[in-house]
Amino acid sequence: MTDWIDIGTLADIPQRGARTVRIAGEKEIAVFRTGDDKVFALVNECPHKKGPLSQGIVHGHSVACPLHNWNIALKTGEAQGADEGCTPTIAVKEEGGRILIARPTEMKAAA
Amino acid sequence: MDFQNNTGPETASEEEIFVPSDDVREHLVVVGNGMAGCRAIEELLARDAGRYRVTIFGAEPYVNYNRIMLSPVLAGEKSFDDIIINSREWYSENNIELIAGDPVTGIDRTAKTVTSQSGRTVGYDKLLIATGSDPFIIPVPGKDLPGVISFRDMKDVDTMLEAANGGGSAVVIGGGLLGLEAAHGLTLRGMKVTVIHLMDTLMERQLDEAAGWLLKTALEGRGQTILTGANTAEIYGDGKVEGVRLKDGSEIPASLVVMAVGIRPSTALAREAGLDVNRGIKVDDHMVTSDPDVLAVGECVEHDGNVYGLVAPLWDMCRSLADGLTDQHTGYKGSVTSTKLKVAGLDVFSAGDFSGGEGCEDIVLRDASRGVYKRVVVKDDKVIGAVLYGDTADGGWYFDLLKRGEDVGEIRDLLIFGQAFASGGGALDPKAAVAALSDDAEICGCNGVSKGQVVACIEAGNCSLDAVRGSCKASASCGSCTGLVENLLAVVLGDDVQSGPKTMCKCTSFGHDDVRREIVAQNMRSIPEVMQKLHWSTPDGCSSCRPALNYYLLCALPGEYQDDQQSRFVNERMHANIQKDGTYSVVPRMWGGLTNPRELRAIADVVEKYDAPMVKVTGGQRLDIFGIKKEDLPAVWADLNAAGMVSGHAYGKSLRTVKTCVGSEWCRFGTQDSTGLGVKTERMTWGSWMPHKFKIAVSGCPRNCAEATIKDFGVVCVDSGYELHVGGNGGIHVRATDLLCKVSTEQEALDYCAAFTQLYREEARYLERTAPWIERVGVEYVKQRIVEDDAGREALRARFLYSQSFSQDDPWAERAAGANAELHQHLDPIAIAAE
Ligand SMILES: Cc1cc2nc3c(=O)[nH]c(=O)nc-3n(C[C@H](O)[C@H](O)[C@H](O)COP(=O)(O)OP(=O)(O)OC[C@H]3O[C@@H](n4cnc5c(N)ncnc54)[C@H](O)[C@@H]3O)c2cc1C
Ligand code: SF4
Ligand code: FES
Repeated sequence: MTDWIDIGTLADIPQRGARTVRIAGEKEIAVFRTGDDKVFALVNECPHKKGPLSQGIVHGHSVACPLHNWNIALKTGEAQGADEGCTPTIAVKEEGGRILIARPTEMKAAA
Repeated sequence: MDFQNNTGPETASEEEIFVPSDDVREHLVVVGNGMAGCRAIEELLARDAGRYRVTIFGAEPYVNYNRIMLSPVLAGEKSFDDIIINSREWYSENNIELIAGDPVTGIDRTAKTVTSQSGRTVGYDKLLIATGSDPFIIPVPGKDLPGVISFRDMKDVDTMLEAANGGGSAVVIGGGLLGLEAAHGLTLRGMKVTVIHLMDTLMERQLDEAAGWLLKTALEGRGQTILTGANTAEIYGDGKVEGVRLKDGSEIPASLVVMAVGIRPSTALAREAGLDVNRGIKVDDHMVTSDPDVLAVGECVEHDGNVYGLVAPLWDMCRSLADGLTDQHTGYKGSVTSTKLKVAGLDVFSAGDFSGGEGCEDIVLRDASRGVYKRVVVKDDKVIGAVLYGDTADGGWYFDLLKRGEDVGEIRDLLIFGQAFASGGGALDPKAAVAALSDDAEICGCNGVSKGQVVACIEAGNCSLDAVRGSCKASASCGSCTGLVENLLAVVLGDDVQSGPKTMCKCTSFGHDDVRREIVAQNMRSIPEVMQKLHWSTPDGCSSCRPALNYYLLCALPGEYQDDQQSRFVNERMHANIQKDGTYSVVPRMWGGLTNPRELRAIADVVEKYDAPMVKVTGGQRLDIFGIKKEDLPAVWADLNAAGMVSGHAYGKSLRTVKTCVGSEWCRFGTQDSTGLGVKTERMTWGSWMPHKFKIAVSGCPRNCAEATIKDFGVVCVDSGYELHVGGNGGIHVRATDLLCKVSTEQEALDYCAAFTQLYREEARYLERTAPWIERVGVEYVKQRIVEDDAGREALRARFLYSQSFSQDDPWAERAAGANAELHQHLDPIAIAAE
């Protein structure tokens, strides 16, 4: 059973950009919209030093962290290339033109 | 449009890798999720990924991390995340079941099972024991008091960090490698540290007396107390540690005691299982124990009478082990080790045997004033040991000579002066130096990668540092071998190393200059158009090409090009500086560094109203307000705007500040009105976007108080006019300016400044500051364009001013008035029914 939360419409997020959402008691979530209008949601913390990923440059299905430029895959939250680490992802879907994200249950990073 | 349903979060303790029971492959169970255990599996996977089904038990509740790097974590140079070797994904991608935080408590060799603390019993076909070492705890009274720890794992580091938070004093028992690293970390964390060492020489197993003394003196110079020849009698305290008492009766108060007196192979499990154990678990050349189905690797083993306490030998062992498991037969022959003290700033190296003895000759070099000590021990014309202090550059070379057993008779006289001299005088080209290393010389100690492996990796097509790091991991950890890897790239690839026409990024085969030229030649007007016409290989570029293209278009089409917010680095998108905690800092413009009560009051009000934790005068004479939340930025800007202040562009690839001195208005030396000229310059140049940040300064006389000769554009006023300087940089590579020319009027100074700025804007590559740009094109070229070509200068100046007519809007005002408000707000969650 998933608890879905309506966070707005696609147009609320700029293409190749992100907006943040806060759900009481949880870590801030970054919701990304890519150039091809896919939507992804990640905890808004880079696995490196917690940089706010929502502020990074979105390219393809990745985001470059604004602090030290690690590249994070939006789908898996995983750092790309030689870097290692993973940001928790949050399930997201579209229904009737609205974006819904799953209420996060556990958002602990690996290790 | 379709949406991704991405997967949920993962945690280390969660077991999400379910290995189906119909997996009929042989089951390899590993006890110990440390450096050797995991490395063995990596080696195995590299040979035959599908051969075994693998389960790893680890006593620690973590994924596999780099134990060597605990010292940098303690010292605050790295975080735990930085030292993870294999992430969760590695385990799942390779179908390895990780049971972390659950130590194995028993092995039943008859039933071929292991049992863990939580009661789990797992059957194996092959068992690999990689339990590492147990720290040795000296049996003094008080050793079990809370606050007495060893330095072995992440938990110990956490305890030390917690103790250091409270400040106070710490005692480190043991002046070996580990103890000194602990002492260094705790000192950096603000504790008062005393090191107690039983012997008279620190690191006596690695260093001789002379080097040990130099080390001791250096550590004392850093504020540590070093007690050598000191014997611990007792650790005292009521309920927790309060101090250490020595045999001579003296007491050292401490709230934390770190025991780092040595390690012992962790063999209890193997011993109880009836395996042959001596000092360590006895293994053959393929790391097989006395039971053919049980292997062992790492610090817990004894091979040919030797146990090892460093990682390099483990890598050799892991290779032989994996060879054995995949039916290849190259046995382990033992290792010679070297030691490098990695405590920041102290260079110590030792290798081999330097205890002296019959037939051994010492060659020693002392240079007291430089703090350098070198000793090479030679026997039968072969290097058998080396100790270097203060200058360890040749460590690798001596170690290589030692391992190869090279005859050094011919170069004996020059041996001590290092490779450069011994190989024929003069400073040796670093490339030739790495080229001369043998294939098994170690390049990356953190990851145990040899020269041969790096070379193979490069030859397999990894032609850049990043590619090498990603592929064979060399230089991917602490980075101290980056230079060696770069030299190897140069040696292997010759001139091909990333050179040729250097492309802008991996999305295109065009270089920066080509792209700029094409944008103008083909009159391209948008990023997608450039990507289309120049055959970009990615859908929408990457974080390096997009900001560059955005800038090139903006520069080529002033007033026309529609800026792309999403191709701007966060600072420029948010018009503020992002800081490490994700808050922003804000710098209002203060023309020429001047301010007044009204502005100061407005700044003070903002600081109070938004609870800014810090205000700082910047290097460019402006005030920087720190700790503003992204939500509050528009309101902060509105308040600053109300006092007449505009954005200082301190965040941008743009004109930042014009620094001035007081000049003729007040200064008794001043020859011209440097402050006034600074203000005029800033009024002319502010708001302009640049390839990189751009700084200007104006000094009133050759005393140069505004430091104009390390700025991108600097003016030094002299009696007869103005000296114009260009291409200075006060950053990492300090570069003093080149003199462009001398002019006699203020107006000329301004005109030349505009023309120079525009030339830089139009011709430098994105992220190239003026200093490297001028070094690339030559100052003569710049003079030719600005000084010798009057019409050209005038045209550049005109283009600059034209471009400025569009860019001198305060970005803060727009945002304060509500533009792009959503960038500063969160989305609004509305909870809806559960499914
Ligand atoms: C702070 C520090 C700094 C160091 N610096 C250097 C250096 O600069 N250079 C260098 O070469 N070496 C250095 N070393 C030594 C190096 O870390 C070791 O040589 C290396 O980690 C040994 O690898 P290993 O796999 O044998 O043991 P470990 O890496 O210790 O791994 C053993 C693992 O087995 C686990 N384990 C033990 N018993 C059980 C059980 N019953 N069930 C399940 N799991 C179990 C342990 O929890 C541990 O995680 C350093 C060590 C430390 C502690
Ligand atoms: S540079 Fe010359 S004019 Fe300016 S403050 Fe210094 S001494 Fe005075
Ligand atoms: S915090 Fe993201 S790259 Fe460093």
